[in-house]
Amino acid sequence: MLDLRKYSSIGESLREALETFPDEVCLIESDRGEEKLRLTYREFKERALPLARGLQDLGLAAGDRVSIIMTNQSKWLISAYALFCCGGTMVPLDFKLKPEEHWQLLKHSSASVLITEYGIWRQLSASPARAEVPNVKTVLVTEAPPDADLLGAQRWEKIQGSGEPVFVPRKRADIASIVYSSGTGGSPKGCMLSHENYLAQCTALTAWYPFWPGVRYLSILPTNHSIDFMVGFFGPFVCGAAVVHLRTLRPEFVREAFAKYQITYVTLVPLVLKNLQKGLQARFDELPASKRRAFEAMRKINIALTRNQPRLALSRRLLKQVHEGFGGKLEAIIVGGAFSEPQTLQFFYDLGIPVINAYGLTEGGTGVTVNDLKPFRADTVGKPLPGIEVRIATPDVEGIGEVAVRGKTVMAGYLNDPDMTAETIVDGWLMTGDMGRFDSMGHLQLFGRKKNMIVTEEGKNVYAEDVESAFEGLKVKEFCVFAANYIWPQRSMTAEKLVLVIHLEQGQAFTPELKNEIAARNNRLTNYKRVHGLVVYADDFPLTASLKVIRKVLAQRLGNLEQEKVVLPI
Amino acid sequence: MRTLEQTTQEVLELAANHFKVADGSLHAGDDFYKKLGIDSLQALDMLSRLENHFQIELPDYEVQGVSDFKTLAERIQARL
Repeated sequence: MLDLRKYSSIGESLREALETFPDEVCLIESDRGEEKLRLTYREFKERALPLARGLQDLGLAAGDRVSIIMTNQSKWLISAYALFCCGGTMVPLDFKLKPEEHWQLLKHSSASVLITEYGIWRQLSASPARAEVPNVKTVLVTEAPPDADLLGAQRWEKIQGSGEPVFVPRKRADIASIVYSSGTGGSPKGCMLSHENYLAQCTALTAWYPFWPGVRYLSILPTNHSIDFMVGFFGPFVCGAAVVHLRTLRPEFVREAFAKYQITYVTLVPLVLKNLQKGLQARFDELPASKRRAFEAMRKINIALTRNQPRLALSRRLLKQVHEGFGGKLEAIIVGGAFSEPQTLQFFYDLGIPVINAYGLTEGGTGVTVNDLKPFRADTVGKPLPGIEVRIATPDVEGIGEVAVRGKTVMAGYLNDPDMTAETIVDGWLMTGDMGRFDSMGHLQLFGRKKNMIVTEEGKNVYAEDVESAFEGLKVKEFCVFAANYIWPQRSMTAEKLVLVIHLEQGQAFTPELKNEIAARNNRLTNYKRVHGLVVYADDFPLTASLKVIRKVLAQRLGNLEQEKVVLPI
Repeated sequence: MRTLEQTTQEVLELAANHFKVADGSLHAGDDFYKKLGIDSLQALDMLSRLENHFQIELPDYEVQGVSDFKTLAERIQARL
């Protein structure tokens, strides 16, 4: 692995990695079970440098913002390296957002260049919102059919400058990327992450879980997500490891990829981990009685022998078929992005597959605490990573308080939002909004949220306020959206739901038409943003002098009501 | 060449069969996440079945954010 203390930016570190591991494979790309591409670090460089030169010929300069909206694939990483060579700032966006959401974030980020796939560009360019975003001057599209109408874009494949690009150095404190942790519809939350943030995060993570040449990391989470950028690109590259991309993330292709590419590490969100568990359990249940008994006996032996620490070689022998199904080289599954249920984590650990349960947030540079497997714990999110300070602010009698984080991985702030930045980073401490406490072993346990937000099992942050735009114009006196957990704290971080609270005009009845209107508007929201319950509140909402709802006070008043009695299904 | 109505009908039948619900219980305007109580991974699983049936390739991004059968059928129709 490279000694990251020597480098001042992502681009500089990656440039060194390309020189250090020229003959190692860095990327494998597969589509529907068929391998489409395999690149060494040398070949990666040969593709990235002409693009970097081409971007410079198009005028890209230090600090210019370049957005990437792509599925996980080789051109994503090549584009990212090229823009870092030019000293650009990356704005990675989730390809799953709707076109109008993309345009909103492109506008907010002031991106001047957009790199995307042709199919996504067709949807983007058809959106009327395009006209409102003049800051995007250059659009590069990949994989456009030969006779395609590029709709004002240029072919990515044709952007080939001649000669070497001029490598533009950046300082550690310079902003490397603007990552949207959530917030479309309301107020976009663009986390400004510096080169220092990434270098410090990578150093901390690899101190406990290093990669090495020969490692194959299966990149499933979208690369715009800070986790995948770190463990599915930057981390593996500075260690000479390889990243495997699947162009289609259907469960059958994901299952097949583990064995085919002998995957070493993968990061999954709880939803996918649970799905894997379901599939495995169904297969165990189908075993004939005698085989089932033998399997259970082996599992029990494995549990007894791995109580204190994982023993991979032993587990692979004891539960051979299970491990072979995963390719036989799997070192661990990293789980993050949202809160995992302990029984799911334990299920895998009992099979001899270490599960590294982690906790983090984009604002904290991704990982904050990670399970060190000494020993495995399913009931916590692990210990603070080296170099990252974590404390519990204003703990109650049980020691539970808001988790606060300090260190070189904490973001510089939210783009164009000094007020929100000041609320979130207080005296150098990042206030996470998550409630937790440390146990006697120094492991962090989480107990719910202080913020009016939810995190879905797919790792999506949804701020209640951002969902309200879907209900604007609703014929009621006033309305508000809350995370149910914010009103009625459950001390749980799973199965979180949003509720819509409405207050009718005087004399107005709650009619079936109104209920249908709410349901129809709700259905127009992306599925993970939908509200799951409705409260018809009888009193006026508490308002500020400027007639804004005082959410905290309203939440307290609602909290005095019994959740089961007042929440109606939508 | 199928009409959009035929494509929609076939999508509904295939989804009913895949998720083991009664034929005729699904409708074009239904939100499949809600109606079938499925998650995004199960929806992706259904897409593979649809690809095989219609002999087309549907990139993941084409169907992300789609939650009703009608829009799904339109996306498929555009690729037939």
